[in-house]
Formats: sequence, structure tokens, C-alpha cells
Amino acid sequence: MIYLDNAATTKTAPEVVEAMLPYFTENYGNASSIYGIGAESKKAITEAREKAAKVIGARPDDIYFTAGGSESDNWALKATFEAFSGKGNHIITTKIEHHAILHTCEYLEKYRGARITYLDVDENGLVDLEQLKAAITPETILISVMFANNEIGTIQPIKEIGTIAEEHGVLFHTDAVQAFGQVPIDVDEMNIDMLSMSAHKINGPKGIGFLYIRKGVKIRSFIHGGAQERKRRAGTENVPGIVGLGAAAERAAATMNERAEKEIRIRDHMIKRLTEEIPQCRLNGDPVKRLPNNVNVSLEFIEGESLLIMLDMKGICASSGSACTSGSLDPSHVLLAIGLPHEIAHGSLRLTISGETSQEDADTAVDAVKEIVTQLRGMSPLYEDFAAGKRRSLIDG
Amino acid sequence: MYSEKVMDHFQNPRNVGEIEDASGVGTVGNAKCGDIMRMYLDIDENGVIRDCKFKTFGCGAAVATSSMATELVKGKTIQEALTVTNKAVMEALDGLPPVKVHCSLLAEEAIHAALWDYAQKNGIEIEGLSRPKSDISEGEEEEDY
Repeated sequence: MIYLDNAATTKTAPEVVEAMLPYFTENYGNASSIYGIGAESKKAITEAREKAAKVIGARPDDIYFTAGGSESDNWALKATFEAFSGKGNHIITTKIEHHAILHTCEYLEKYRGARITYLDVDENGLVDLEQLKAAITPETILISVMFANNEIGTIQPIKEIGTIAEEHGVLFHTDAVQAFGQVPIDVDEMNIDMLSMSAHKINGPKGIGFLYIRKGVKIRSFIHGGAQERKRRAGTENVPGIVGLGAAAERAAATMNERAEKEIRIRDHMIKRLTEEIPQCRLNGDPVKRLPNNVNVSLEFIEGESLLIMLDMKGICASSGSACTSGSLDPSHVLLAIGLPHEIAHGSLRLTISGETSQEDADTAVDAVKEIVTQLRGMSPLYEDFAAGKRRSLIDG
Repeated sequence: MYSEKVMDHFQNPRNVGEIEDASGVGTVGNAKCGDIMRMYLDIDENGVIRDCKFKTFGCGAAVATSSMATELVKGKTIQEALTVTNKAVMEALDGLPPVKVHCSLLAEEAIHAALWDYAQKNGIEIEGLSRPKSDISEGEEEEDY
């Protein structure tokens, strides 16, 4: 199997699993308990918090463990909206956020009286800083812009956005689920007030993440109950998960530079081969301001789900933004936001590599895509028309 | 997600291709929605479907329903072909996931569209066949569908 869907989730690293194991059967104590194994758990949580904080230059006390990226996003948006309702009801975000942000915004709009501005992005998926500035009003309480996009890998000008937010006295949240451990992040330098993270994207376990909340940002608890997480997130701590998150964060930070260098080399090799060797194929997302592990192309005249099934038959795991894989009739909102026509968005393919992906794996995958594209175009009425000169390519123009 | 039969027809689609000087050709669907089916029919002088081929742009279910539809109408008379409904196609494939039912509807429409084209070309009326929904238009670029 060649696993090229690391933006969906990653393999839990063996050393991460090993670090977690004692906290299931030996040190299983509740961290709130006074006896030995409880204190062990508490110590493990403290250490994990320090490791996680270090990756983003944060104070350990500002890291609040959650069940993952979606909870962190929900907490940041809903609690900020509630806490700052006296100041205003306006939130600025983008059209290409993860659904954990978009659907939360829609909820706040529909049921809680929020006003949301969804910023456009350019053809590479980048927000326009001038449009952001122009969108800020006295009622604006929060700017939430994802650090890097999960589908097309585009990395936003986070530092510039943070500066704009600070200058206008508006809080800044970023969903860094895809960026954490992949690219350098510094919450102080980038003026980030809140940041969402999920462990399973960096070879950690599923079901654990954190929300960074800068000291002084007064938002309330999202889950009420016990006094865990400095009374801001109730519930007995998921100690093995937290330990796994800490180990994964430490591991990701330690290997980041070397891994990024290798991934970028393989990423660019794949992009070059796909776009040069397959006619009517285009790269989606920014070629440079891009996550090291993300390849996303559109292959005209074919549909993504067919491509994925055929890749699966060859033992290659990938994903697509086609409607058939989204469970609706519309293809990915991200691909539409960068201006792709529906026809092209349906034929998108995302390959997300890992530090373990070899050049050989990459070439095998590209060869498989080439072969399948030829086969699918051979049965495509759109390609038949294109070949007969009755239809123009939307990619070649 | 898919039945074994759907997977079989997707992996080894029957009757893929074109028929030159076909008696009737029908194209249905919409590239915007991600499904287009084109059905070619070769109908003999007795009104029997001698051959049937298809080309499809779409998901696994779209390919499988097209393939099964061609199997079901091959060798049938026009009247018999009209009884090949989306339900019949779905049953023959041992079912489809609910979100994919529209693919089978498209297969039925593709047969009807090809038969309509045949009727138009020959100036005849086929009992029980009405003008197919032409939802294939994609705007000004649309040519000869």
C-alpha cells in the first residue's frame, strides 16, 4: 500500500504509541487524584503541555487540551462570540476554511445573530490583506483565518494578518491543524491569540488536540464540569492521548526541517511529472506558499471518485474534491473559491505525502495516475468531444 | 460502499465505446454535477437493438449503471428497452447507495435520449417515449448535444 492521504490522517508513529502505552495499563490514574499513579498522570500531562507549547513558542499554561481540531475551532468561535457580544457581533473568516469553522460560523449566523464576512481568496487560495482590512468594522470581534489549507495546501500570510488584527484591536484565531509541526509557527511573532491543533495529523493519536488561548483572552469554558485544564475544559484528561500528542509534537518539531526539505523535493517532483506528463492537468494552490506535503491537481474530463477507486485497486490511498466524495452535488468549496469551474473541480486529486514517502512511491503513484487517467478519458464523452474538436479544454484555455 | 456487482461493472465495464453511424445517440447529465452519459444504439430494421455502447464521465456508480444499462437493452426491441427503468438497473446491480440513485436515473434517461434521437432521425413516434430532459446544457459553449 502507498498511503498518500496524510492530510486526512497519519500513521501513529511507533515511538508515540510506545510513549502512550504505560498510561493505559500501568499509570492509569486520574490526574486529579492524590496518590502515586494519579500524580504520575499529572506529571505526564505537564510534560506534554510543555512539549506542545514549545513548538509554537507559547506558554505551557496557554495550551488547553481538547478532543481535536473541530472542538478547538468550535470553542474559539462560539466562546469568543459569546464573550465579546458587548463589543460587537462581527467575525471575519475566509471561504476556504475547514467545515469546523464554516459550519460553526453558519450556526452563529443563523441562530445567534452573528454577522460573518467570508473573505475571497485569489486563484492560488491566498487572502487579500486589503480586503481583510476593509472588512474590519468597530463591531469586528474576531478574525479567523486558517494557517494552511487542508485541500490545496496554500499557506496564508499569517504574520501579516496577525499584525492587522493587532493594529485594529481584534482577536486573531488560526486553525493550524494542517500547519502545526509542518511549518514554523510562533504565536508571539505572528500575533496569534488562539490556535487550533490536532494530534493525528502529525503522527499522533486521534481524538486529541488543543486550543492555544493567549493569556488575557477572556473566553469561557466550552465544556463545563470539573476543574481540569485550569477550569476551562472539563472532563477527565485523556492522559494517553495527551502523552501521545506531546510525543508527536516533539517528534514533528525535531524532524521538521529535514522532513520538509525531503517532502518539498518529492512534492515538486510529483507536481512536475503530473503537470508535464499528463495533458490538461493543472496544479491547484500556490506553487511556493504551499505545505511541504501537499500535491493537488485537476485532471480534466475525468471524475475524482472513479480515479480514487481505481487508485485504491492499485493500493494507492488518495483523496479528491469531487462532489461524489463530498456527499453532495457540489464539489469542494475550496476549489470553487479559487475559481475552478465545477467540471474541473470534479476531477481533482489530492496526494499528501509524509516523511516516509519515497521517491519510488511517488513515481509509482504518478505512473498509476497517468495510466488511470488515460483509461478514464477513454470512456469519457467529454474527452471524446475534446478529441473531436467539439469541446475546448477549460485548463488549456 | 458499493456492491460486488457495481464494482465488477466499474472495473470491467461492458460495451464501452462508440458506434459509428449509430441509429441513435443520446447524451444526458451535466458536467457541472459531475455525471455525463452518452449512449449509442444500433437498431436493425425490425426495431431490435443489435448493439449498444456507452461513454461516461462520472463516479463509479455512473460507470456501473451505464454498463449495466447497455447489457439490459442489448438484443431487446425498442418497446422492451423502454421497460428498462432505473429501478431495473439498480436491481440488476444489487442496489446502489442512496446518494447514487440519481446515477441510475441518468442511465434510464440515456437510453430514452438515444431512442428519441433514433425516432427523430427516422421521423417516427415511439409509443410511451417523450422528449428526454435535456439538462445537459452547459451554457453558451454547448454545441451539438
